[in-house]
Amino acid sequence: MSEKQETNTNTENHPPLLSNVKYLIVGVVFGIAFVKAEIISWFRIQEMFRFDSFHMYGVIGSGVFLGAIVVQLIKRFNIKTMSGEEIVIPDKKFHKGQIFGGLIFGLGWAITGACPGPLFAQIGAGFGVIFITFLSATLGVLTYGYLKDKLPH
Amino acid sequence: MWDLIVQPWPWWVAGIVIGFTVFILLFMGNKTFGISSSMRHVCAMCMPSTKISFFQYDWKKEIWNIFFVIGVLIGGFIAGNFMQDPQQVVVAEQTQEVLKEAGVTDFGGLLPTDIFSWESLGTLRGFIFIVIGGFMVGFGTRYAGGCTSGHAIMGLSSLQWPSLVATVMFMVGGIIMTWFILPFLLTL
Repeated sequence: MSEKQETNTNTENHPPLLSNVKYLIVGVVFGIAFVKAEIISWFRIQEMFRFDSFHMYGVIGSGVFLGAIVVQLIKRFNIKTMSGEEIVIPDKKFHKGQIFGGLIFGLGWAITGACPGPLFAQIGAGFGVIFITFLSATLGVLTYGYLKDKLPH
Repeated sequence: MWDLIVQPWPWWVAGIVIGFTVFILLFMGNKTFGISSSMRHVCAMCMPSTKISFFQYDWKKEIWNIFFVIGVLIGGFIAGNFMQDPQQVVVAEQTQEVLKEAGVTDFGGLLPTDIFSWESLGTLRGFIFIVIGGFMVGFGTRYAGGCTSGHAIMGLSSLQWPSLVATVMFMVGGIIMTWFILPFLLTL
């Protein structure tokens, strides 16, 4: 009896909702690191753009370095996902958005002192007003979606 | 041991966590690390019958991303409430001097509360830092197709040159703002 129910609730081949809890746990670890390594600090971002401290360059640089090793190891040894799937990293296609959008994000990043990830950790860490920043960022995403076809790409 | 945990973590610990996250997301379910798309999913979720093509897709397939950012929020809560460092955040002296001149007085926490607080939200300066800044972050990351995580970390890790372009532009924007516009905005 349960088999039938399962196939019914699991429409369009979406994995069961609870199977996503593992990503939540990864997020928790990541969020703790965000706070404890002070990546969510407005001051650290200021230091980075003023070239007064190595900290953020170390964080991003070592993250990219290890990430690159991970990607190379996956390719060389043909490592599969835990369910045996082939690991695929989609190609990013170049368009002018990476220039214009990147510039707009950079300008905003120096003001808020937070890219999207740290926004979530800041709210969690008790800076409630950053929820407004998140809402405004979401409004920015909505505006982009609305204007997408009119913007140069 | 606990002392070591509540102290500010060195940069390389964060680097290891980032590298591990890149791996574990791919390993768990072929997910490429990226955070800013979560805001797109929120929009798509809230507008099931939208006519905007950018939000017409099967967001349920991307629900893992929402779980991930909720995790980040919970992680922030745990670290911010139970793993607090008794010491003040140490800010580089040159940066402190410049910011002091611009009128920032609170260097004790992760964010200067004289700019980021409910009280300042009603002021012009607070509105720019909290609302306008946020809008630019959201708009810019989606226009660029990713943020620091999607482009600078995941994109560069997988050696994609469009991500290098995006990362360079993030830095250019940040440097222009910090050196030429922010000193003025801080005095508002």
